[in-house]
Amino acid sequence: MASTMKRLTRVMPPYVMVAAAVGLLIILAAIFAPWIAPQDPTSTMSFNLMDSELPPMWVEGGDPRYLLGTDNQGRDLLSAILYGTRISVMIGAGAVLLAATVGVSLGLVAGYFGGWAETVAMRVADVFLSLPAILLALLVAGIARALIPDADSVFWAPIILIAAIGINEWVQYARTTRASTMVEASRDYVRAVRIMGLPRWRILFRHILPNIVGPILVISTINLAAAVLTEATLSFLGVGMPPDYPSLGTLIRIGNEFAFSGIWWITLFPAVTLVALVLAVNITGDWLRDRFNPKLEGKS
Amino acid sequence: MVRMLLSRLAQAMLVMLAVTALSFTMFRFVGDPVQLMSREDASVTEREALRDSLGLNDPILVQYGRFLGRIASGDLGISFRNQRDVAELIAERAPATLELVLVATILSLLVGIPAGVLCALRPNGVLSRLVQSGSLVGISVPTFVTGTLLILVFSVTLRWLPSFGRGQTVDLGWWTTGFLTPSGRAALVLPSLTLALYSMTLIMRLIRSEMIDILSTDYVRFARARGLPSWYIHFRLALKNAMMPVITVTGLQVGSLIAFAIVTETIFQWPGLGLLFMQAVIFVDIPVMTAYLLLVAGVFVVINTLVDLTYALVDPRLRTRGV
Repeated sequence: MASTMKRLTRVMPPYVMVAAAVGLLIILAAIFAPWIAPQDPTSTMSFNLMDSELPPMWVEGGDPRYLLGTDNQGRDLLSAILYGTRISVMIGAGAVLLAATVGVSLGLVAGYFGGWAETVAMRVADVFLSLPAILLALLVAGIARALIPDADSVFWAPIILIAAIGINEWVQYARTTRASTMVEASRDYVRAVRIMGLPRWRILFRHILPNIVGPILVISTINLAAAVLTEATLSFLGVGMPPDYPSLGTLIRIGNEFAFSGIWWITLFPAVTLVALVLAVNITGDWLRDRFNPKLEGKS
Repeated sequence: MVRMLLSRLAQAMLVMLAVTALSFTMFRFVGDPVQLMSREDASVTEREALRDSLGLNDPILVQYGRFLGRIASGDLGISFRNQRDVAELIAERAPATLELVLVATILSLLVGIPAGVLCALRPNGVLSRLVQSGSLVGISVPTFVTGTLLILVFSVTLRWLPSFGRGQTVDLGWWTTGFLTPSGRAALVLPSLTLALYSMTLIMRLIRSEMIDILSTDYVRFARARGLPSWYIHFRLALKNAMMPVITVTGLQVGSLIAFAIVTETIFQWPGLGLLFMQAVIFVDIPVMTAYLLLVAGVFVVINTLVDLTYALVDPRLRTRGV
């Protein structure tokens, strides 16, 4: 692992290295938010309405306690962004994990067994591909709101978001996995273990899967960026995380309502964080993809 | 060719059938229609009678067939939220969205094609480097952020353009247009720019990579050897051939633009289909949601099929390959 990392950093062009470092930094800051944030923005005990809408520290009227200023409820914006990034990254990772699990399993089965399972899986994938991603995600959110009374709650909102985002991303996993499984299935080592009489699930998961996991991991980086972006869009549109437990998209939406009265910081800083994160992950992912799998190129 | 045509049509039908099945499921099982339509103190026998008269006790396939029949005759149900005919609501909102998408498409072609040509012909020029790095940012910055920034700059700070609504529109009977009034045209600028940004970068990158590919082919080298003028090589040979995938992508983008207008319309409070759908999602207005789904899926499938068929017409190599 360590030697792979060393090899990777040696061949990385400087701009990719910068992007990877920025991305890693933001993700680490998000993971450790509870330990590094000055304040807990989800607990109403820790902030004061009297401090609301304070500008960033370096602007006139700013308070040295609040580096990036405060939002409309008096929350420290830096803490809210750290916690919000944490929520965004967790939902994004959850969606990617869900999509990868479903897509890879279906792709393996479709590619290895063929027949009706393949036909059904791939036709369903076609149907999903022929609908715009944002529409499907909003439909899932809409149906969930109809079925679950407290869909805006802290418990349900992330689950609904993960489902809404994951439903779009599994298709790409299924197609990639199916294509590589078909290639691997005709290789000699697979024929050998088949003759040895190993059970089929063991061949699939212990022998074929490890050999095709590379491209799957590479598309996962790019999908993570896409998932974070979709989460932000849904939260911005008002069907994502609730304001008392905000993700980056929710913060941007809240800030948007105040932006026109000159309170620009509530919307600007979360937006910059979001763009930096997505850009960093995209640049790193693009580079990894071109480097390890030229076949996947071009689907931008 | 005929085989390809048939298989494409079959695929289109399959997708539409799946989408109508999804709509039917939403319509029928998300929320109980009887619960929604009867009084709170209605007795069990009254409810059963209503259930019977609505045909909710029939076999599911019969109900689905009836649902298809209703859609085919243009009856999309009544909106839960404002008790109006959904088909009427959609007809009323469609012009706003279609005008927005039309302007965005034209804008993305007008900017994307020259920018792509520039980047392909002068890959190391200062201007094309600027355009290229700009396009990477353009892909990574989400629509709602660019929209907000445009509003902050052009509406709040400079006060040049309106930040919401369609401005003054002219009613042509079956169509309301914002093209004919100054305020209507001004209102179109920011939303269509926001909507166009993504497909603009897409078209630019596509033209660039296609042109670079084509400029390194043998026939271009041969044309250069013949001493043909470079404008002829660049525009008659390279650009003309590079336009092929652009046809596809532009076509497919029209569908995505209609869907992506949901975000743009929400930012700019543009009274189109996207805003209608977004309100339906927030207020759980199932009939409006299903109608919008059917509409967008229909547009998407028709465009996809047409693009594939045009492609086969333009490029004979694809005719025999099938799907």
